[in-house]
Amino acid sequence: MSATRQDTVADAAATPDRPQPYAELGLTGEEYDRVIGLLGRRPTDAELAIYSVMWSEHCSYKSSRRHLRQFAEKAPRTDVLLAGMGQNAGVVDIGQGFAVTFKIESHNHPSYVEPFQGAATGVGGIVRDILAMGARPVAVLDALRFGAADAPDTGRVLPGVVAGISFYGNCLGLPNIGGELAFDPCYAGNPLVNALCVGVLRHADLKLAAATGPGNKVVLFGSRTGPDGIGGASVLASASFGGSGEGAKRPSVQVGDPFMEKLLVECCLELYAAGLVVGIQDLGAAGVACATTELAAGGGTGMRVSLDAVPLRDASLGPAEILMSESQERMMAVVEPGGLRRFMQICAKWDVQATVIGEVTGTGRLEMSWHGARVVDIPPASAADDGPVYDRPASRPPGQDRLAADDPAALPRPGGGAELRAALLQLVSSADAADKTWVTEQYDSYVRGDTVLASPHDAGLLRIDEATNLGVALATDGNGRFCQLDPYAGTQLALAEAYRNVAATGARPLAVTNCLNFGSPEDPAVMWQFTEAVRGLADGCLALGTPVTGGNVSFYNQTGGSPIYPTPVVGVLGVHADVRSRLPSASGVAGASLLLLGTTRLELGGSLWAHIAHGHLGGRPPAVDLAAEQALAGLLAAAAAGRLLLAAHDLSDGGLAVALAEYCAVGQVGCRVELPGDPFTLLFSESAARALVAVRPASEGAFAAACAAAGVPATVLGSTGGTALRVSGLFEIEVAELTAARLATLPALFG
Amino acid sequence: MRRAGGTAVPLWHGDASLHGVDAVVLPGGFSYGDYLRCGAIARFAPVMTELIPAARAGLPVLGICNGFQILCEAHLLPGALTRNEGRRFLNRVVQISIETVDTAWTSEYSAGQQITVVLKSGEGRYVADQRTLAGLTASGQVLARYAGPNPNGSAVGIAGVRNAVGNVAGLMPHPEHAIDALTGPSADGLGFFASALHAVAAG
Repeated sequence: MSATRQDTVADAAATPDRPQPYAELGLTGEEYDRVIGLLGRRPTDAELAIYSVMWSEHCSYKSSRRHLRQFAEKAPRTDVLLAGMGQNAGVVDIGQGFAVTFKIESHNHPSYVEPFQGAATGVGGIVRDILAMGARPVAVLDALRFGAADAPDTGRVLPGVVAGISFYGNCLGLPNIGGELAFDPCYAGNPLVNALCVGVLRHADLKLAAATGPGNKVVLFGSRTGPDGIGGASVLASASFGGSGEGAKRPSVQVGDPFMEKLLVECCLELYAAGLVVGIQDLGAAGVACATTELAAGGGTGMRVSLDAVPLRDASLGPAEILMSESQERMMAVVEPGGLRRFMQICAKWDVQATVIGEVTGTGRLEMSWHGARVVDIPPASAADDGPVYDRPASRPPGQDRLAADDPAALPRPGGGAELRAALLQLVSSADAADKTWVTEQYDSYVRGDTVLASPHDAGLLRIDEATNLGVALATDGNGRFCQLDPYAGTQLALAEAYRNVAATGARPLAVTNCLNFGSPEDPAVMWQFTEAVRGLADGCLALGTPVTGGNVSFYNQTGGSPIYPTPVVGVLGVHADVRSRLPSASGVAGASLLLLGTTRLELGGSLWAHIAHGHLGGRPPAVDLAAEQALAGLLAAAAAGRLLLAAHDLSDGGLAVALAEYCAVGQVGCRVELPGDPFTLLFSESAARALVAVRPASEGAFAAACAAAGVPATVLGSTGGTALRVSGLFEIEVAELTAARLATLPALFG
Repeated sequence: MRRAGGTAVPLWHGDASLHGVDAVVLPGGFSYGDYLRCGAIARFAPVMTELIPAARAGLPVLGICNGFQILCEAHLLPGALTRNEGRRFLNRVVQISIETVDTAWTSEYSAGQQITVVLKSGEGRYVADQRTLAGLTASGQVLARYAGPNPNGSAVGIAGVRNAVGNVAGLMPHPEHAIDALTGPSADGLGFFASALHAVAAG
């Protein structure tokens, strides 16, 4: 595939038996034969490049596609969805003529190879997805998972990932309003770097990836094309690390230029406003190959492209490399000839290079030329939509029953006040539950001036309209331990937690995105985990009435034969009718009643306590009760709107113990609580559908009535005030000590 | 500016005209990506060819964060801003004390008043040679200092400086993020913009 040798369509017809490196490009023998069948001849090198990237797991979803259909088949009846699965990102109606689009995507493999650029370009990629829907990107969130916090390699990967996100997102001028940070040895060789972006548009501005109108021009704009990440995401993300002889599959990770992305964002928004864009597609994994095939396939048309016209940063690139390059900060638009002059003027204003590289045709073929010869001539849908779909074998791993039988109820528990106090301090100073300021302080959370809530609050909350105070809340959650114990229930628990986090701000949860991080789909045990997770999410979304609008699957997160815990990360978006009534996760006001909402059972399977205190993972995850989640969410929204609460904080990892500690540390206020029942269970169980709330003084009666009406059990724990967290008859911890314990952990680990 | 009662007019970097505005705020951001030293390229932007003489002639100019860096690079303000002591980007709510109220941008405050604003920068560490620092303090050109712990290693805790006349000021933290308790830590920052409107009305 050098620049000097052209493998043309004519050559391919004349030399049917020439050996081709399909295996090195990641295609199986069967897949290669399928290409030959589709074309009626062997592919040219350039065509082979297109099929290899388009049919990679990353781009084609070939192992997951048949399962993901459930998100559509089981979709709840809703009228809020303006565009759903299959587009770059789903679009949700939030009322008043506004719509939002949001999506979460993985950049796991590149972030392990090169943490800084891998994570940075992960932000860039998801932002372009949102931009391609016609929206202005307005915020990002990052869900991060690393190996053991004290492992030496985590000291390499985590600071690089955080610095990369900081570098790219801050320069781009997007507030980072939330996300997650978790640690487990299972992520040591496979960190999970999932980035979510949300954008805002008016209903009329929705753009779809389709090339329509023969004669319209195809314009490539943004950065020049270089040899970045050739075969990067597409091939890299489709083969697990480890083993020998895979060095050739570890090409360089792309390098990001956030300022160019900023120019591209502003340029696109001006082009949209001027009505100059017929269809648009971002260039992410598989670059020009993906954008041309998807635009042509989306429009049901053909396209003629001159690869010689693609502006290059490296003149030695040949057609296959140009097609596969994953150079960042590029977009492709379909433009009417009459609008082309104005289109180019706007690009020039923003110093964005734009080049006509082809035009839409009515032939139904994607044709590309290079140095005067035809090097690609394929039906675009054959690459974009007709890729292989696998029904991979899935089987419940034999160890699953043994894992479930290993009940943490048998673990030694702390008994008296002193032991409970020590257990609480151990949890809050663990890297998982510690204060995350070391990370979040590196992100700009304020830029754009519309951030109402960000970390450490339960969800990020943005004002969308200054005139009406309409807003959206976003949270991401995942719990690999719960999913390892039971992927169906664990995924529903992730969904429930993100839903609850959004509800805790007073917002109404509306829609779901997901990033499904799993090991190799060729392992039947992993495939079982995957099918269970998808089934759990689809069923959960149906029950909660929140449709899945899009997402991403990341397979091959494994080192050698050891997959990560199944880790579906679920993002939930909610609408806030009036952000002025938002609920923070803690309030500094003293004298407020503290109530525990929901029902607490002895549920320790997969809990933070079992993990931190005993290094134990076994038993059953907490019971899922989606009706209770809905009731709780409805109560919180009503109580926020009625100004009955000062704060609301969801209970999750570490249960009430961690929630109380966080309340005191974030609010910088003490409290006195009495535990009505077994103190250990109340403090450390992780039963779902629970929240800690602080009631506005004088609203106690109204809130009690609201709880009763919603059918949500409410237990008065005590009240805020003083300088210590006091648990009557058991222990007390000064807020200053709690704060110091939570704050010390990450700086001690990462400098 | 709008919240303070003024009319905001966007100025384009490539347009060598100030379009008759009465005051200029150079906002934060990453001018031209700031891949070189922060503000080093922006200082040569066409709009600066008009701005620099206008500032020397008395036009009220406030540089916030990257804008402060640009004003230093343009030699409208003394000193320079370098990498934070911790070598990481820092987004933190800080207290600053307003050291001088004798400027176009701080007249609405009282001397020594502590206000709550957001600092968010990777290269926010103010540095200058000893003679300049001594001169700044002696001549009352220190606009604001960090009131709590020094967050980024800035020399003598300097968060902002002014020129000798008092029309040009630079501030590392962001007063524009402290105009409303809904979206910021306080509304303390409005005073900067209200001060400028006063100065313009009086001028």
